[in-house]
Amino acid sequence: MDIIVCVKQVPVTAEAEVMVDSSGRDIKKDRLVFDVNEADNYAVEEALQLTEKFGGTITLVNLGPESADKTLRSLLAKGTHEAVRLTDEHFDESDAYVTARILAAALKSLSYDLVLTGCYSSDLGYSQVGAALAELLGIPHATMVIGLEVLDGKIKVERELEGGTHERLEIDLPALLTIQTGINEPRYASILGLRKAMKKPIKVLTLTDLGLAEGEVGRDGSKVFLDTLSVPPKGEGAQILEGGPDEVSQKLVDIFREKGVV
Amino acid sequence: MLAEHRMGELRDVTREMLTRGRQLAEETGAQLVTGLLGHQVEQFAEDLKKWAHQVVLIEDEKLANFNADAYQRVLASLLGDRTPDVTLIGHTSYGMDLAPALAVEMDLPLVTDCLDLRLEDGKPIALRQVYNGKLNAEMSFAGTPCLVMMRQGAIAVGTGDLDGQVARMDSPLTEEIAYRKFLEYVEAAVGDVDITQADVLISVGRGIREEKNMPLVEDLAQAMGGVLSCSRPVTDSGWLPSDRQVGQSGRTVKPKLYVAVGISGAFQHLAGMTGSETIVAVNKDPNAPIFSVADYGIVGDLFQVIPALTERIKETRGS
Repeated sequence: MDIIVCVKQVPVTAEAEVMVDSSGRDIKKDRLVFDVNEADNYAVEEALQLTEKFGGTITLVNLGPESADKTLRSLLAKGTHEAVRLTDEHFDESDAYVTARILAAALKSLSYDLVLTGCYSSDLGYSQVGAALAELLGIPHATMVIGLEVLDGKIKVERELEGGTHERLEIDLPALLTIQTGINEPRYASILGLRKAMKKPIKVLTLTDLGLAEGEVGRDGSKVFLDTLSVPPKGEGAQILEGGPDEVSQKLVDIFREKGVV
Repeated sequence: MLAEHRMGELRDVTREMLTRGRQLAEETGAQLVTGLLGHQVEQFAEDLKKWAHQVVLIEDEKLANFNADAYQRVLASLLGDRTPDVTLIGHTSYGMDLAPALAVEMDLPLVTDCLDLRLEDGKPIALRQVYNGKLNAEMSFAGTPCLVMMRQGAIAVGTGDLDGQVARMDSPLTEEIAYRKFLEYVEAAVGDVDITQADVLISVGRGIREEKNMPLVEDLAQAMGGVLSCSRPVTDSGWLPSDRQVGQSGRTVKPKLYVAVGISGAFQHLAGMTGSETIVAVNKDPNAPIFSVADYGIVGDLFQVIPALTERIKETRGS
């Protein structure tokens, strides 16, 4: 079973301060750490488990700058087989639709039974590229996948709906699935794996390699535009309790007593 | 506007979108039309016509359960006929399976996961949250018609006092979708603890970092006579079972006291807990969105604050 996993490198912002840069359309990235997007990491693990069971190869496809090689190598180190990076200055400011078009152009020359992506990226979080890519490739898809079982020529998937409800579907292969976090337990790369991954080649493809034109990509090819980024207005917000751990603990206990919960 | 329903009930996002849709329609003198697709769903049309100028009802056995591909075919036909300037679809599991592919097929601009939509000189401007809710983004469209996916719970529902028409249309589907079949719904099992029934919830998030740190919050929950719940990263890591997860994909809780420990407050989490009577948040990031919904906040290191709090509560209860 040959699998393509589309992976994105994102700034880790869950616990970091995020500031808008001078363009007003992007963030200051110099002090942020970059890593594989969380949901994509689960997608890679799912691909590893499937190829361990059914054989086949895993090809990583990344749209990103040269610095994304760090993420690609960390995923090659886990046992994925090949990596392709799509890099061109014209790709900057592409919307999710154009991102899907660039990925589709790269996938045209690859063979696959299954395409996996994360269901959501922790930076801009459009949740759009996967299903758009499937439409461009002309294959069935399912998003928010939290469980799967490969059958003969088909795949049974469990999708996460809201409020703890899931639905089960059966779709024909080849197919594209967007993977939700929590579907598996992503492994860590071994030291040996990391050493081997440093020697693996990463194939780089540009706009012309992909047979795309300048006007089709970037801001020119996009249909929606991120115009401004801003810090959200603060609401009333919490009353912040000041003091050391013991002092704030006492204040909390007083509040709990007053509310009758302790 | 696409009405969303599941297992015999309209989803809340439907009335939220109708509320905003009606306001935009009234601003511009446009009509708000809602598409209602399904099998034996006529009863929803009676409700929806109070919220929209027209309800287009398309019933077909092949639409009995949500199927993104079947919906895509019907909507492509409907949007092709009607060419609405703006089409609203919920940013839900169903919507995420449907709208991005529909946008590609129809060659339409799409902005997903919008908190709000307004018109500026007649042009739609969408408001989104990015980078874990730490920044807002304003998005514009190359033109109309366009598709907009609205986040659940982002818009306060107004009142449905219109008296719209119901227009029945034939389904354009000629055959079942062979390559995608709905099998069944699976309801999450409730384990030995039902977090929706607890008066005091100690809820733990990504900030706890490692499984070996979990006793910190377990001790606090025990000392307070509360129940342990969590945000998504904790169940994803397998440190607590999924029936302890608070948020959009988990449970909605309304305890007397909700103590959020190391939870930054992604919107999906907030959707499940803002109904709590009193909310306390402990987080090291002063800009964490959780502080905007909390009543009391402690900006600090949970590894220092939580043990101190547990001790103080034990002392208080013991005395």
